[in-house]
Amino acid sequence: MAEEDVNQVTPGARVEEKLYNVRFKTDEDRSHLIVLDNQLCNRCVDKPCTVFCPVTVYKWENGEHKISVSYEKCVECGACRIGCPYFNIEWKYPKGGFGVQYKFG
Amino acid sequence: MKRLKRRTLSEANLAATDRFDVVVVGAGLAGTAASYLLAKAGLSVLCVERGEDPGTKNVMGGILYRQPTEKILPGWWKDAPVERPIVEERIWLVTPDSMVQGGFRSARYGEEPYNAFSVLRVKFDKWFADQAVGAGAVLVTDTVVEDVLRENGRIVGVTTGREQGDVHGDIVIAADGVNSLLSKKAGLHPELAPHQVALVTKEIINMSREKIEDRFLLNANEGATIEVFGDSTMGMLGYGFIYTNRDSLSIGVGALLSDLIKKKINPNVLMEHFKSHPMVKRLLEGGEAKEYMAHLIPEGGAASMPPVYRQGMLVVGDAAGLSNPIYREGSNLALMSAKFAAQVCVEAHERGDFSAEMLSRYQTLLDESFIMDDLRGYSKTSSFFQGKPQFLERYPEILVDALHEFLTVDNVPKRAKQRRILRQVLSRRAPWELARDAVGALRALT
Repeated sequence: MAEEDVNQVTPGARVEEKLYNVRFKTDEDRSHLIVLDNQLCNRCVDKPCTVFCPVTVYKWENGEHKISVSYEKCVECGACRIGCPYFNIEWKYPKGGFGVQYKFG
Repeated sequence: MKRLKRRTLSEANLAATDRFDVVVVGAGLAGTAASYLLAKAGLSVLCVERGEDPGTKNVMGGILYRQPTEKILPGWWKDAPVERPIVEERIWLVTPDSMVQGGFRSARYGEEPYNAFSVLRVKFDKWFADQAVGAGAVLVTDTVVEDVLRENGRIVGVTTGREQGDVHGDIVIAADGVNSLLSKKAGLHPELAPHQVALVTKEIINMSREKIEDRFLLNANEGATIEVFGDSTMGMLGYGFIYTNRDSLSIGVGALLSDLIKKKINPNVLMEHFKSHPMVKRLLEGGEAKEYMAHLIPEGGAASMPPVYRQGMLVVGDAAGLSNPIYREGSNLALMSAKFAAQVCVEAHERGDFSAEMLSRYQTLLDESFIMDDLRGYSKTSSFFQGKPQFLERYPEILVDALHEFLTVDNVPKRAKQRRILRQVLSRRAPWELARDAVGALRALT
């Protein structure tokens, strides 16, 4: 409960709103991020990927008992590749020319 | 300079029979610098970039140094798209409601040949890549390098995962950034650990030139940097920064990934915390957010570097873990490592020897330069400050309270004030702890 309070931001500063400014060329056919084993996520107590991802690609779906992956908003930083305690995320680059395309950098 | 059209993969006709002297993977600072130098030396070079243009995948705080970049391209800043020459550098130590600041400003930095410039990487990298293409390098964009190409256990090029996408090269230079999947595929890189990288978010905030110059006390077209330590990172090891571009600000904040995990803090929340600090908020007022980014920075110094060479392959820049964040250095290390790598490629090409022994000369050049000297120092710094939140939490608070006490005029004699301050300090930190931290910090930073 305390955690959720810490991770509140004011409306207008949510990452979803910030991503309106970011240009993406989405590969509609294939996710470049794959959670390998849902069982591991079920056992993972903290599910840190749902917190440390800077664009909240990962979300725990309570009803489905799995992590959903919104790969289309991934900015390819690589944090989940290193930060998943079970190395349970297969991280590839999006297909050439796809994914985030920064305008300023 | 003649502006050559970049070629697509098919136009470049990269059939399996095609070969290059060197294949460079990634058109960031290191990759482009290496491509430029190798092409200029007369070698055939292919540079493969996965973005639709060089720069579109690249993020840095935004400061590029004049002198190291001149080692690649003399006089570069006269033509390159730079934002502002940096004339003032400030350091802030902040608590939630106060700030202690230091800084250095010199008119000398405001005139030729300058010391450092703020840059926006998408603009700069595009220009930089044009220089490499102009020198004769072949640049292929929109293309992901999937793996190294092996023959009898030897690295002989790369596979791009496209049809007829195998490319032969005597040497492959991995310039594919902090995540460097290629050096892992080549068996050089063990996975990084969360305490060996910082996760940084950055935003571009649009603002008029006049407003920037007024707020940061700058003459026309001059720039400033501010590095912010303390409450800016919510007790995690890292710092925030604000750099002035021509008509925008680059604002960023980063912390060790291990600290973000431990404290369960979302990076955008950290960014909003930083932006809402009263002293930071005032600088941003009226600005318009244009882009949000996130990027990893290698944080381990020499201790977490992979082997940087093997038969047929060299690793440069962030891919090799070359960064010294406390001094805001990384771009210069990328460029210098590219210069050394190019030098070794030319020597290897002359001898027709691409063995590990020949390419180990690159490691020697790094070892003999300032790079490894500084990165060994940074390992010490980084490991000392990990797990010691007092440096960014309690000590700034103690310092702020002491200054508050000292500078508040309330008819108390100065000597009594000094005694009161000393009592306050010692009530919050034991003398032996203060001494141990002071000696340790001094050792870690020198």
